[in-house]
Amino acid sequence: MDKESGHQASNIFGNLGSFLRKCIFRVLSIGPVPKHIAFVMDGNRRYAKKRKLTEGAGHRIGFFALTSMLKYCYELGVKYVTIYAFSIDNFKRRPEEVQSLMEFLQEKIEGLLEEESIVNRYGVRVYFVGNLKLLSKSVRLAAERAMAATASNSKAILSICVAYTSTDEIVHAVQESCEEWDEIKVLDPSGSGYGLIALEGNELNQGDSVISLTVVEKHMYMGVAPDPDIIIRTSGETRLSNFLLWQSAFSHLYSPPVLWPEIGFRHLLWAVLDFQRNFIYLEERKKVVQIPQIDRDRSS
Amino acid sequence: MDVGDEMQKVYCWTAQIGNVVLLLLWHILHFVISVWYCALGIAHMLESYIISSGLLRRYKALNLDRLQFLAVVVDSEEAHQISKVTELLQWLRTIGVKNVCLYDTEGVLKKSKEAILERLHVAKVSEEATKNVTLLDQKHLNLEFASYPDGKDAVAKAANVLFVKYYLGRDQKEKNFTESHVAEALRTVGSRGPDPDLLLIYGPARCHLGFPAWRIRYTEIVHMGPLKSMRYGSLRKAIQKFTMVRQNYGK
Repeated sequence: MDKESGHQASNIFGNLGSFLRKCIFRVLSIGPVPKHIAFVMDGNRRYAKKRKLTEGAGHRIGFFALTSMLKYCYELGVKYVTIYAFSIDNFKRRPEEVQSLMEFLQEKIEGLLEEESIVNRYGVRVYFVGNLKLLSKSVRLAAERAMAATASNSKAILSICVAYTSTDEIVHAVQESCEEWDEIKVLDPSGSGYGLIALEGNELNQGDSVISLTVVEKHMYMGVAPDPDIIIRTSGETRLSNFLLWQSAFSHLYSPPVLWPEIGFRHLLWAVLDFQRNFIYLEERKKVVQIPQIDRDRSS
Repeated sequence: MDVGDEMQKVYCWTAQIGNVVLLLLWHILHFVISVWYCALGIAHMLESYIISSGLLRRYKALNLDRLQFLAVVVDSEEAHQISKVTELLQWLRTIGVKNVCLYDTEGVLKKSKEAILERLHVAKVSEEATKNVTLLDQKHLNLEFASYPDGKDAVAKAANVLFVKYYLGRDQKEKNFTESHVAEALRTVGSRGPDPDLLLIYGPARCHLGFPAWRIRYTEIVHMGPLKSMRYGSLRKAIQKFTMVRQNYGK
C-alpha cells in the first residue's frame, strides 16, 4: 500500500512539476526563444569523486541529466541542441578510461534507437559531428546506424560531438575546400574560368582568392546547424576547450558553477533569460559583420 | 448560431486577456532579473573598492607566470572611448602584464592605434616582427590590434595559401593537412599572434564577438561588464582568479 501511494505521490509531483515548467515556458516564449543551445557536459568525474562513486556512475548520472535537459529544450521549442560528448583531447586519458567511455558511448547510442527513447518521442534527428575515423569500428557503426535510423525525423536536431575539436574541424574544412577546388580544376583543365591560371606558380596576392569563406564554412562539420545562441559549460569553467570556437562568435556564454550531473531546469531558465536580455544587442552586432560578408561573397 | 458567436467572442476575449497576462508576467520576470543584476553591480563595485584599497592580502601580489598573453575584447561602440581604453592599458601595465591583444569587431581600435599609442607616451614605434605589434620604451607593453577579419577571413586566406602551395604548386606530395599546416598558413597571411591565456570582455554581453577562433582553444574567458563601468579592483580580481585555475587539457 505504502509503495503504491509513494509511487502515486511522486507521479503527482512529477505532473505538477511538468505543468509548472510548461507555464514558465509559455511566459518565456513571449520573448525570443533560442534556436540552438550547446552544452559542454563538464564535471562527471568530479561529481563521482564528490559522492564517492565510481567514475562510470558519474557518467551514468550525467546521462540522466542530459536526457532531462534535452526534454526541457525540446519542450521550450529549441530546435537545435549540440552536446560535447567526447573531445579529441580526451583520447589522452588513461586507455582503460577511454575504453570504458567508448563502451558507455556505444551503449547510449544504441539506446537512442529504441522505441521509447527521447529522440523518437520528440522527433529528433541525430548527427554525429567530428572526426569519426578516430573512433573504433563498433562505435562508428553504431553512430552511422543511429544517424540513418533518425534521418526521417524533422522536428528537432541533436548534434553529438564525438572525436571533435574546433581546430580539427577547421583543418578538415580547409582540406575539403581545397579538394573541392582541385576537382573543379580537373573538370576545367585550363582553369581559365576560375582565375586559376593567374595563381598557378605565382605568389598569392591580396586580391587573389579562389576559396571563399562561404566555401570553407560549407565544409564545417557543424554545417548541419546554425550558430549556437547559447553555450552552457558546467563546473564554472570559463573556457571553451576547443568547442565550437568558429561558431561561437555571437553566442551567449554561460558557466554555471554546478557540476554537469547537478544541472537542472533553473540553470536553463537563467541561461534563456540572460539570452533574452542580450538578444537585441547580439543581433545588431551580428548584422554588422554579415553585411560586409555578403558583399564579399557577391564580389568573389 | 448566437450561442456559437457568443462562445467565439468569449474565447477571443479570454485569449487576449491571457496574452496580456503572459506579457505582463514576462516583463515582471525581466524586471526582477534587472533588479538582481543591479544589486550584483553594487556588490561588485564595493568589492572593487576594497580590492583597490589594498586591504585584501590575497590581491596584493599577483603571480603572473601563467599570464603570458592577455586579450581584451571591447564592444565596438564603446571602443570609441580612447581615454577609457588607454586607462585600461595603463592599469594592465601597472599590474605587470607584458603582452596585450586589443580586439573589437569593427576595427575601431585598429583605426585608433596611433591615438592610443600617443596617449600611452610611446617614445618609439617599432614595426619589427609584424605589422600589428609595437614596443614601448618604459614598462614594456607589447600591443597587438585585431578585428573580425583576422579570424574567419584569415582562415579563408590560409586555405588559399595551402591550395596554391599543395594543389597548384610544384610540391604536390603533401595532401593531408594537419593543424600545423593551417597554423603555418595563418602565420603567412599575418594572423600570427600567440594564443591568449586570458580573454577579458568589456561589453554588455558575455560573448567574444568573433575573436580569432584558432587562438582561443584553451583561453579563459571572463566577462567584465561595459567599458564605461570598468574598475581597477575588478580587473585585479579577474587576473587573480585566473592564476588559481588549473586546466586538464582534456585529460
